[in-house]
Amino acid sequence: MIYKAIVFLPLIGFLIAGLFGRSIGAKASEYVTSGLMIVVAILSWIVFFDVAMAHGSGHDVIKVSVLRWVQSGGLDFEWAFRIDTLTAVMFVVVNTVSTLVHLYSIGYMHHDPHRPRFFAYLSLFTFAMLMLVTSDNLAQMFFGWEGVGLASYLLIGFWYKKPSASAAAMKAFIVNRVGDFGFVLGISGIFVLFGSINFETIFATAQSYLPAEGAADAGQVVINLFGMHLDKGHALTGICLLLFMGAMGKSAQFLLHTWLPDAMEGPTPVSALIHAATMVTAGVFLVARMSPVFELSPDALTVVTLIGAITAFFAATVGLVQNDIKRVIAYSTCSQLGYMFVALGLGAYGAAVFHLFTHAFFKALLFLGAGSVIHAVDGEQDMRYMGGLRKHIPYTFWAMTIGTLALTGVGIPGTMLGFAGFFSKDVIIESAYASHTGVASFAFTLLVIAALFTSFYSWRLAFLTFFGKPRASSDVMHHVHESPMIMLFPLAVLTVGAIFAGVVFEGYFFGHHYAEFWKGALFTLPDNQILEEFHHVPLWVKWSPFAAMLTGFVTAWYMYIKSPSTPKRLAENHRVLYQFLLNKWYFDELYDFLFVRSAKALGRFLWKKGDVAVIDAYGPNGIAARVADITRGVVRLQSGYLYHYAFAMLIGVAALVTWMMLGSAL
Amino acid sequence: MTDWPILSTVTFLPLVGVLLLLLTREDGPFGRRNILNVSLLTTVFTFVVSLFIWIGFDNSNPGFQMVEKHSWLGTGISYHLGVDGISMLFVILTTFLMPFCVLASWDSIQKRLKEYMIAFLLLEVVMVGVFVSLDIVLFYVFFEATLVPMFIIIGVWGGKDRVYASYKFFLYTLLGSVLMMLAIMAMYWQAGTTDITELLKFGFPAGMQTWLWLAFFASFAVKMPMWPVHTWLPDAHVQAPTAGSVILAGVMLKLGGYGFIRFSLAMFPLASEHFAPFVFGLSVLAIIYTSLVALMQEDIKKLIAYSSVAHMGYVTMGIFAANQQGLQGAIFQMLSHGIVSGALFLCVGVIYDRLHTRDIAAYGGLVNNMPKYAVAFMILTMANVGLPGTSGFVGEFLTIIGIFRVNTWVALFAATGVILSASYALWLYRRVIFGALEKESLKGLLDLNTREKIILYPLVALTIFFGVYPAPVFDATAASVDLLVNNYSAALQAAEKLALVVH
Repeated sequence: MIYKAIVFLPLIGFLIAGLFGRSIGAKASEYVTSGLMIVVAILSWIVFFDVAMAHGSGHDVIKVSVLRWVQSGGLDFEWAFRIDTLTAVMFVVVNTVSTLVHLYSIGYMHHDPHRPRFFAYLSLFTFAMLMLVTSDNLAQMFFGWEGVGLASYLLIGFWYKKPSASAAAMKAFIVNRVGDFGFVLGISGIFVLFGSINFETIFATAQSYLPAEGAADAGQVVINLFGMHLDKGHALTGICLLLFMGAMGKSAQFLLHTWLPDAMEGPTPVSALIHAATMVTAGVFLVARMSPVFELSPDALTVVTLIGAITAFFAATVGLVQNDIKRVIAYSTCSQLGYMFVALGLGAYGAAVFHLFTHAFFKALLFLGAGSVIHAVDGEQDMRYMGGLRKHIPYTFWAMTIGTLALTGVGIPGTMLGFAGFFSKDVIIESAYASHTGVASFAFTLLVIAALFTSFYSWRLAFLTFFGKPRASSDVMHHVHESPMIMLFPLAVLTVGAIFAGVVFEGYFFGHHYAEFWKGALFTLPDNQILEEFHHVPLWVKWSPFAAMLTGFVTAWYMYIKSPSTPKRLAENHRVLYQFLLNKWYFDELYDFLFVRSAKALGRFLWKKGDVAVIDAYGPNGIAARVADITRGVVRLQSGYLYHYAFAMLIGVAALVTWMMLGSAL
Repeated sequence: MTDWPILSTVTFLPLVGVLLLLLTREDGPFGRRNILNVSLLTTVFTFVVSLFIWIGFDNSNPGFQMVEKHSWLGTGISYHLGVDGISMLFVILTTFLMPFCVLASWDSIQKRLKEYMIAFLLLEVVMVGVFVSLDIVLFYVFFEATLVPMFIIIGVWGGKDRVYASYKFFLYTLLGSVLMMLAIMAMYWQAGTTDITELLKFGFPAGMQTWLWLAFFASFAVKMPMWPVHTWLPDAHVQAPTAGSVILAGVMLKLGGYGFIRFSLAMFPLASEHFAPFVFGLSVLAIIYTSLVALMQEDIKKLIAYSSVAHMGYVTMGIFAANQQGLQGAIFQMLSHGIVSGALFLCVGVIYDRLHTRDIAAYGGLVNNMPKYAVAFMILTMANVGLPGTSGFVGEFLTIIGIFRVNTWVALFAATGVILSASYALWLYRRVIFGALEKESLKGLLDLNTREKIILYPLVALTIFFGVYPAPVFDATAASVDLLVNNYSAALQAAEKLALVVH
């Protein structure tokens, strides 16, 4: 019952605000949706302590059936919830952040005339996200997956009068669909391999794919995937890669990342909820949930590591030079998601979910803080027109600083002193070193560099916004004001999370209480010893992220506080590199040329040349034209002159007589 | 109740309406009102009666039910009706959509209203007739008879180029029907019966199956329509009045799919297996090609028409995958498409009635003054895109799974439709609905009126209902589809064994 309440209360909120928002008014819509979310958040924490933190309740997974869905031949799945520790963790993350964002939005969207619609969308999103994390089968997960995509589309395009917002919304949906293309095929593949898309059956059957067992049928072809005849091991790799494609789309990984920065067109609370804390982590959740399958395919995991490491590095480089405060944080999100995927790829699923957990707090904090800054300076988002805001908005300043400390991973290695990001991020970096494979070392290097960049752009953001001389117009500076309580309260709660989420929960997510916390929700093979090994890395490895963090901080301090002319000079000296980074490695231009323009050109060609010039011209129109030609000929014969007809008749009679005479003669 | 001829009743009930209409005079607002009321009542009543077919339907019985049989013409051809899980829901779909057509024509048809309504009621008779016929000659008569009212509807009440469109429509369909008639004659000579239930049991020799299959294919492929014989559809849709488009997309396209399942797959399994790759190729081409073409359309109706062709690609692909998921997915996709595309054409009708243009460029920013319309259009767009939770998803998902079991390459190409459909549908939505309201001509538009709400809201509700709870459809179709799939694979196995013996 409690689970149904958690999932469906946001849906009820959505329906009330969506259907009756106009009649009950904006205030009522806000209170109803936010009130329901507060209830849901409290219930989530209860479930978290009940399911995850309880001791010794064994490996049982709670299953709640809701409604029949599809039953066709061997394919059978229903609407149902699967509650285990992984779900409970996601409950807490999603509902806590969502509740805070609901509250924050009451203040942030104060002047907007469409508040009922906004709150309805927020609740719709929460519902879809909860359906995703509670799913009992891949189809329901896909429902949640696309549902959050829809909500994200609606919220990015919330200010529909802005053409850029509509374009960004469309882009987000379509790029996500590229990922879904792989996801759908992956689900189909799972069905062919395992005969079911219910997690219970998949996980049970996957055990028979263990490489050690059944050497006799190891080479047996189980699936013909795109012309490749694959045995069990390779079949899993193929399917996992298809599923991972879906994860790449949703989690904005390298190559499918282009929608995330543009998604910042949406209102800032949306960025905090959807594009930082929850929806974009759905890809991480997918891989973690499917760990019993991914774990069996080392090749697929290698790809996951590789893509994650490249994303972490790539996004961090782009983040270095962006001027829009929200875009910097967006690229930071992209980069941090890369960290999580590296952890997944290493088989350190616990570490990935741990980083997901802490990241949700400090990144939501940063976004909501940025929203508070934007709120203060009248909607300005360009950091070049900020500066010196520290004294004007002190609470926001402190919240953002703590968020930055958490993101950059400040803490002292070897002790329990540190902010949330320190624990989760360092665990990933150390795991990368401990793994000893080629790809893992590559990932380790990139992650340490990315940590340096992270520290640099985070402090750059802080220095540009809060320190130095004010660069905004005096008119704006005159109006700068601290946000109201309803916006500061969520910041305060998240600040607590950003400080303590790491130190309190490290032991559970990826430490001594691992087994009793997860209760089998994350699957690892017996020879996966990453949980043990990362403790025993050399000291320099433990200190390397710390050094990177410090270097980044000092560089940022030097360039934006000590000698503010340096960045400009650097940009001028390295013009090509600067432009390359500023234009996000030119991915948008490349994709526009490769896909958008060529699809449009091809579409026009097929229409004008294929349908009109070939099919119609030779098909119906051609036949009609031939018929017309023949009739025209016939018409010409009918001249209307009597002697023409008489002559024709004569010839006919002559021919007939001749034929009869010849015929009778034979 | 059991011996009450319910199928005949449903089929010919609209004729009562026709009779009443013939007695009504069309002059002045009063006569007009009468005609509309009579038509609406007839169609609603027919729908209500047809629901008894579903209520009385036994889901566990895979064979034909509610059978009526009378000899006809004294030639072995009989008046033989019945429904099974495959055809039953199409009957309901047809009777369900008709009241919406009448409502959609309420104000927009100004001339010759009486004849228009008579044409629609006759169309209903023959369309229902197609789905309930159990005699192949009877089927053929109904199947071809659908052409005539539709030809007239497009040709008389259509848009500017209505004559061209109606001839194109006629020419295309005629080509296929001649071949189908020859095939039916050949089948009669071979099997000695025109009874569909007998023909289903009769195993046609392999060589003959090929020719019969091709002849039927010519007819059904045009009706679907499959690439490359699809070009009549965009023109027909663009020129047809709104209600004509609804019936065209909602029911007439399904005649082809129904024919494929009932005849091609069930009677010629060997040929179907042989030609399956060919059908897959055309289906995939249809999905990719027409989606790309849809992307670039400048006319709203044409865009939706092309997207229909793409969606029918999933249907043909699913049918010839010849497994439960593929077939049930295809049937579901057809039913869902009947509701969704019908509703989308009604949506276009709403703004066409206001502005009298279908040009996408003429619109923009409608969300500002037509929010209710924007919501309905959004949900239908999402259903067209195949978002889970709407009925569009279930069929698409099942057909992809079905085809994946047979051929992963086809599944790969078909799945690109997931991306392409989102592209054209959302782009259309953005250009029509989003943006600031800048064009002077649009500023005075009013949101949905009561009649339009009555038309759109039930369809939107059904779209979501069948997305969340499609079980009624699967329950009704499961038994018959299972039987069909079993017969199909049994026939293939038998042929294989025979081939082994020969060698």
